[in-house]
Amino acid sequence: MPLMNLRLARPKVIIDINRLSKLSSISAGPNGGLVIGALTRQRAIERSATVKERNPLLAAAMPLIAHFQIRNRGTIGGSLAHADPAAELPAVSVILGAEFVLQSARGERVVRAEDFFVDIMTTAIKPDELLTEIRIPGWRPGLGWAIDEVSRRRGDFAMVGVAALVQIDANESCQEARIALFGVGAKPVRVPRAEGMLRGKAPDQKTLLEIAKSVSDELDPDSDVHASAEYRKEVGGVLTRRALEKALLRAREGKK
Amino acid sequence: MTVNGKSYERLVEARMMLADFLRGELDLTGTHLGCEHGVCGACTILLNGEAVRSCLLLAVQADGAELLTVEGLAQGNELHPLQKAFHERHALQCGFCTPGFLMTAFAFLKETPNPTEAQVREAISGNLCRCTGYLPIVQAILQAASEPGEISSKSVSTPPARRL
Amino acid sequence: MSQSYIGAPIRRREDLRFITGRATFVDDIKLPHMLHAAILRSPRAHARILSIDTAPARAIPGVVWVFTLQDIGELAVPVPMRMYQIPGLERYLQPLLARDKVRYVGEPIAVAIAESRYLAEDALDVIEVAYEDLPEVMNVRDAMRNEILLFEESGTNLGAVHEISIGDVAKAFEQAEYRRREEFQVHRYTGNPLETRGLVVQFDTGKNELTAWGVTKLLHYNRQVIASFLKLSEHKLHFIENDVGGGFGIRGELYPEDFLIPFAAMRLGRSVKWIEDRREHLMAANHSREIGCELEIAARRDGTVLGLSAKIYGDMGAYVRTHGGLVPCSTAALLTGPYRIPNFHCTVYCVMTNKTGMGTFRAPGRYESCFFRERMLDMMAADLKIDPVELRRKNLIQPEEMPYTVGVTRPGSNPTVLDSGNYPSALERALKEFEYEKLKPLQGRFENGRYHGIGLAYFVKNTGGLEPYEGARVVIGDGHSVAVYISISMLGQGHETAMAQICADTLGVPMDWISVFHGNTDQIPLGWGTFASRGTVMCGSALYLAAERLKQKLLAVAGKHLEMDPGGLELREGKIYQRGTEAPPLDLGDLVSLVRASATLNQGQPELEETAYFNSNQMTYSYGVHLAHVAVDPETGMLEVLKYLVVEDVGRVINPLLVHGQTVGAAVQGIGGTLLEQLVYSANGQLLTTTFRDYLLPSSTDVPPVESVILEEAPSPLNPLGVKGAGEGGIVGTGAALANAATMALASLGVEVKELPLSPDRIREWIRRRAAHLSS
Repeated sequence: MPLMNLRLARPKVIIDINRLSKLSSISAGPNGGLVIGALTRQRAIERSATVKERNPLLAAAMPLIAHFQIRNRGTIGGSLAHADPAAELPAVSVILGAEFVLQSARGERVVRAEDFFVDIMTTAIKPDELLTEIRIPGWRPGLGWAIDEVSRRRGDFAMVGVAALVQIDANESCQEARIALFGVGAKPVRVPRAEGMLRGKAPDQKTLLEIAKSVSDELDPDSDVHASAEYRKEVGGVLTRRALEKALLRAREGKK
Repeated sequence: MTVNGKSYERLVEARMMLADFLRGELDLTGTHLGCEHGVCGACTILLNGEAVRSCLLLAVQADGAELLTVEGLAQGNELHPLQKAFHERHALQCGFCTPGFLMTAFAFLKETPNPTEAQVREAISGNLCRCTGYLPIVQAILQAASEPGEISSKSVSTPPARRL
Repeated sequence: MSQSYIGAPIRRREDLRFITGRATFVDDIKLPHMLHAAILRSPRAHARILSIDTAPARAIPGVVWVFTLQDIGELAVPVPMRMYQIPGLERYLQPLLARDKVRYVGEPIAVAIAESRYLAEDALDVIEVAYEDLPEVMNVRDAMRNEILLFEESGTNLGAVHEISIGDVAKAFEQAEYRRREEFQVHRYTGNPLETRGLVVQFDTGKNELTAWGVTKLLHYNRQVIASFLKLSEHKLHFIENDVGGGFGIRGELYPEDFLIPFAAMRLGRSVKWIEDRREHLMAANHSREIGCELEIAARRDGTVLGLSAKIYGDMGAYVRTHGGLVPCSTAALLTGPYRIPNFHCTVYCVMTNKTGMGTFRAPGRYESCFFRERMLDMMAADLKIDPVELRRKNLIQPEEMPYTVGVTRPGSNPTVLDSGNYPSALERALKEFEYEKLKPLQGRFENGRYHGIGLAYFVKNTGGLEPYEGARVVIGDGHSVAVYISISMLGQGHETAMAQICADTLGVPMDWISVFHGNTDQIPLGWGTFASRGTVMCGSALYLAAERLKQKLLAVAGKHLEMDPGGLELREGKIYQRGTEAPPLDLGDLVSLVRASATLNQGQPELEETAYFNSNQMTYSYGVHLAHVAVDPETGMLEVLKYLVVEDVGRVINPLLVHGQTVGAAVQGIGGTLLEQLVYSANGQLLTTTFRDYLLPSSTDVPPVESVILEEAPSPLNPLGVKGAGEGGIVGTGAALANAATMALASLGVEVKELPLSPDRIREWIRRRAAHLSS
């Protein structure tokens, strides 16, 4: 809507899908997962006990999005299809390994989150397709998580943000880490080198600092009026370190 | 649609913004436009019981809905506790942002009738005010929240939530 | 004894219409058959216009007219300067519409008038303009090289130069035991009232009269200029102020639209409405604050300041607007602040660039100069190892030195004289209220991942007396009613209430008898306006004079009627009492009826009224202290303001509720301006901050609860009320206090703030650079 008000977007035809009430639902998925209709309002997800129970990361991400008046109307599908590089939900969906159901007159297909986000505000949705459902795999016990961002004001799009999931074993050694940054690239940015540095380790402060530096080095963000590329690189590393500290702490506490 | 309890039926261009419709077609000029891109909150109204930005909705999207605007807060000459509190706490200067704050506060207090100061600050963080510095607005909302009786029942009966 | 209204925290009587949504802002006004205007604005920063084709726009059904400068013909004038007309600036005035050249993004080129705003904007979409791009000049340094000229005929981008010279600065520097030179920069930002600008203009073709709503701030002056432009008599124009959504200095000055819309209404013989949207506002309404300063200080080793030498550079934008050279000149004028600095030299450069023109924004030049000076003082304190508070104490002007003549600091004006003040007392009060001694151990400390810092700034602010007069008219009506007509306008300050308080106390009638009317050129013949915190000083004083005279008149009439000496009568709570007797009082309502029926009472004049103007050519000066406690996360550059206090002495308070409201509001604006707000241009002149997603205003979670303490220790001797005005003091010291606090916080990292804004990106950059410098 803002783009239309500013006359930056001039669609010839608009179809209002808000009344497709069947597409608004939150239900339990297989293996402790979630199945969420694309038209589910962000506020409903924020308030949902089912979501809180089944996916603490998704629950924690919701209040970071804009302000409650926006979340009253904004939908999860809308945010994902809009694919703003600074948005939280795309990054969260990528590290959760979410799958998106796309429907068209030709049929239905399922796209993994990591394949869904193609470029700035560009997704894999074809012109005749509608995103109808988001499937989130079950939460594994003992998973540690964190989401953090820096924005100029509360509710603004993030200058830099990180979502992280870690799985540790009985020795508190990291088996797997999934880290995605937002606000630092055209789409959510994974940092495989940093993730690799965690594998098999129970990272100490020194390792975390090295990982932070590795993330900073890996990132190649743009500058804008709010933050320079250099800022985003640096702070991307800092936030990753802090997110990992929190995630590992949660994982360790989960084990007890 | 129903606005402040009254029914209206109009034929409008598809591109007409809801805020422009309320202000232009229905002469309800209490809802203001400060940015037209959903940031300042001056255009906040209630749609089916929930606070929304009327600059981010097309008028046609409100077809069949129940709306509440600032003009619907007072009951005749009886001001809503929020309105009284804003006056008593000097929570307005130029008054342009005030309707948006009142509607946001109204929606917020329905859900969180006994908020802390921090919760109030958070709840109004999506509304901009250039004059007051927010302090008296926070105080006014806390004062209204502490009024005896159910704050939401003192005003126009809010409709049951209906998903659009 | 009747209660005193002056000084009481009376709640505003204006509030009802605002809280019920029944106010009338300009966009709420609807006239029959009203047309809507939209302005085509330049998308280029610097270009020649080769051609403008409006035919496709005119062809759209519902589009009534599309016009350019050519259509204005011989009536066309540039937007005039009203103040600070430094010689040279007259070469850079803005035409009503661009003809041969555009010089900033947002410059108006054409106007489309249609049946609706939607259609008017459709018309803009199809107007074809051919441009020949020219290179842009986007900063003062480049502009002063004069390689790219904005106005070829003038031969230079240096609009004007102004010099201030007080004492003997060369000698001061020679004798100095300590000297330091620094370069400072304040960024470009502006007021952004929540309501954008707008006008509704109606032209009565039968009577040849024009009525305009949406006007504010300077009704009489603006009316005079527009009348002259339209070649109509002043009295045929009715300028009416309705409700205004804030101004902060930006709204109410003359802009091209203020000429274009009345012109269109007159030509078409129909009502025309124009409301700008936020994007337009950001690129068309006055920008402010972008001032650079090369500052040198000379002092003794014990911290006594001997002299200041400065060069001030104002980035004026592409055109000089109504304020002329005010912003950079005002930066210079109070650079010495509340301190005894007998030697002061300053050169002010007004430089043109391809940006939107500059005008006043709340405390213009004062916010900037306070930042420059208070930063320099903190730096000096650190160098000389003197406590920064001690340094202020040492140099503050003392009460016994008042009134203190600073010298001639304003171009072509009388000397700047600080009228009254107890500067040391305000400082002590501020330190006490802030619990400074308790917080001081936090200076520079690292706790929970953040560095803490406390910063101080002392300010003086001119209030009232700028522009020579203001008027008020008081009329006693039938049925216990008193009408007060004032010549100032109201942009949210609560004058309807404060003026009623002054009238009630002075005249001796209950406050609820009084109605205050403002903002209508028909109601009072002359006035200047509401700006520079002068409203209460000038108009309040005029009202005081009018009410006092009217009271004397009423007592004289009553005396004649009662066959008593008026000296034995007094007017209280609307009744005239005979002093020292139990005689029943004469109700003022009865006196009104008597006078209206009589041919002889009140010398045959049926109306009981008085008009008075208050004249002044000397400014009053409020003063005070800002204190800020901040915490900075060195890894992310995020700065949080934990505590903020403003102490201001306003001489005398009419309504403490209003004064506190102004101070807190101003402080929050200042905090937002220092941390968040910025008008950013790209290298090729595109304004990058055209929405509220990019131009960030402070919200409720960005600021702490600001505390304000208002003092009345030093009333002004310059007006009968002793008031100094308020409204800007709360903003003046925000840049300085926050920058000093941030520097204190990051002292161990070697960061010294010399530029604003204090954004996370810049804070990180300063930390990074300092670390690189130290390691090299």
